[in-house]
Amino acid sequence: MSLIIEKAPTTGDQAIENYTINFGPQHPAAHGVLRLVMELDGEIIERLDPHVGLLHRGTEKLIEHKTYLQALPYFDRLDYCSPLAMEHSYVLAIEKLLNLEVPIRAQYLRVFFAELTRICNHMLNLGAHVMDVGAMTPNLWLFEIREDCLNFFERASGARMHCAYFRPGGVHQDVPLKLLTDIGDWLDKRMPKLFGDAISLVADNRIFKQRNVDIAIVSKEDAIKWGFSGPMIRGSGIPWDIRKSQPYDVYAQMDFDVPVGTGGDCYDRFMVRVEEVRQSVRIMKQCLLEMPQGPVCSDDRKVSPPKRAEMKQSMEAMIHHFKLYTEGFHVPEGQVYVATESPKGEFGVYLIADGTNKPYRCKIRPTAFSHLQAMEMMSKGHMLADTTAIIGAIDVVFGECDR
Amino acid sequence: MAHSAPAIAHPKGVKTEIKKALGKMLVRLDEANGEIGLHVKSGALVDAMTALRDVCGYQQLMEIAGVDWPSRDPRFEVVYCLLSLTKNHRIRVHVATNEADPVPSVTGIWPVAGWLEREVFDMYGVLFSGNADLRRILTDYGFEGHPQRKDFPLTGYVELRYSEEEKRVKYEPVQLAQDFRSFDFLSPWEGTDYVLPGDEKGAKK
Repeated sequence: MSLIIEKAPTTGDQAIENYTINFGPQHPAAHGVLRLVMELDGEIIERLDPHVGLLHRGTEKLIEHKTYLQALPYFDRLDYCSPLAMEHSYVLAIEKLLNLEVPIRAQYLRVFFAELTRICNHMLNLGAHVMDVGAMTPNLWLFEIREDCLNFFERASGARMHCAYFRPGGVHQDVPLKLLTDIGDWLDKRMPKLFGDAISLVADNRIFKQRNVDIAIVSKEDAIKWGFSGPMIRGSGIPWDIRKSQPYDVYAQMDFDVPVGTGGDCYDRFMVRVEEVRQSVRIMKQCLLEMPQGPVCSDDRKVSPPKRAEMKQSMEAMIHHFKLYTEGFHVPEGQVYVATESPKGEFGVYLIADGTNKPYRCKIRPTAFSHLQAMEMMSKGHMLADTTAIIGAIDVVFGECDR
Repeated sequence: MAHSAPAIAHPKGVKTEIKKALGKMLVRLDEANGEIGLHVKSGALVDAMTALRDVCGYQQLMEIAGVDWPSRDPRFEVVYCLLSLTKNHRIRVHVATNEADPVPSVTGIWPVAGWLEREVFDMYGVLFSGNADLRRILTDYGFEGHPQRKDFPLTGYVELRYSEEEKRVKYEPVQLAQDFRSFDFLSPWEGTDYVLPGDEKGAKK
């Protein structure tokens, strides 16, 4: 941190000086490249100006130059802690414009892996949050679960993080039965044990509570005004979950509870996430029970490519494959705003199609952008050391915030 | 409904309610793909938004998106995505503007608009009157131009590198080692506007 001492008026013979401090951009507790310009009175934050955009890569501009399918992997790289949740909004937006029906097994697989993504994301966030306020062990234990999740992603899609698994019309390929049984075993045995152990270290821990309870209290009104979503709005006591209120894929059939906080502080946001992990486990178990057999991708050959085996036999399939991977499919003119419940909150895609094979405009609605904007409101009057807890409870990832 | 995107059912009589609340401020109401888009006059934006929040119950502003339509007369469009937590409904509000005419800021209604408007300003150069802090937000310090405009090249104009000799980061004009390739895979039977090599001979006759 660099220090600049500002000249301030003096009272009597005592000089009062406000510090202006640069927090980041390279700070381990900033969860990426966040630069906070803070004005401090002693250790109390008086003014705080977050500077974002250090990881801006022009994703939206790049997407305008790619076909719909080529643009998909960019979504993995937005919030690289929950890649499949990012893809989910995008493929749903395309399907809405095409009015494309998705086979039921594909919908189950998507919900299943979206929830695995939620667990994976929360493992990173909960662990990092705990570490930011001074405890090392739970982070290491939670990373063990995250490692398992990444292995499952690899077995399903071939990639640990940037899966590109959800495709317009379904998912890329079916999963082997062994993978589903392995995940089922893991959900029953290993995962609850590791997770329970790690959370039992912090949930009732005195030091952890001292650092989080009553820090950055956000009222319901403020949460609405500042465009909060996800665990942030639920932490403030508003039971709003897009999976429940505007269900997509098979979430309408899923049986799960929406946890809400009572105090609206950092501790509540943390505990909302802890409970969400348990609810995700419930959803995944229900998916395993109910998932039917069947195709995993739409059979509309003008959108989703044929199977490799089919291509060996049929000229028509060969032509479809060639056309889909060069020209790509055309999306009829129109515009939609599709938002899903990503682990961090409402992740929206505002997609404008002009009838060609490339999106005319693809606006990505990141979750962290509006949450970070409220940083000043949340941290005013708190101590410098509380910023790390507040950032941790926001769950910010800069790939998504800066796009 | 065939697709499986988030299910948004229009509450009963929502369109008449909005029309009544906005009155003359509403230019046009579009309904397509199961979503409602309202086109509002730029001057009346703040009044219209206040009415939408207080009368119609759209409490949350989730997103502000800029769109560049170079062929249209007011070139830019600013799109506000509103969410009603009580009615469980979403609408979009569209405002058309150009480079010179500022759009009234809605920061007075939703403080979250501050950064969202800054982003539209940064990306498109649309001005917002009443936004007290209209700085660039996503692009580099000292960046010039508005990168999301359709006439802004994908590669940009400057690139930076760390110069070992001068011990600092240097900005230089972009030099591409290989020509920028933009593949046009659109089928030539579907109205391409370029002339294929050789075709110009036929046109001259």
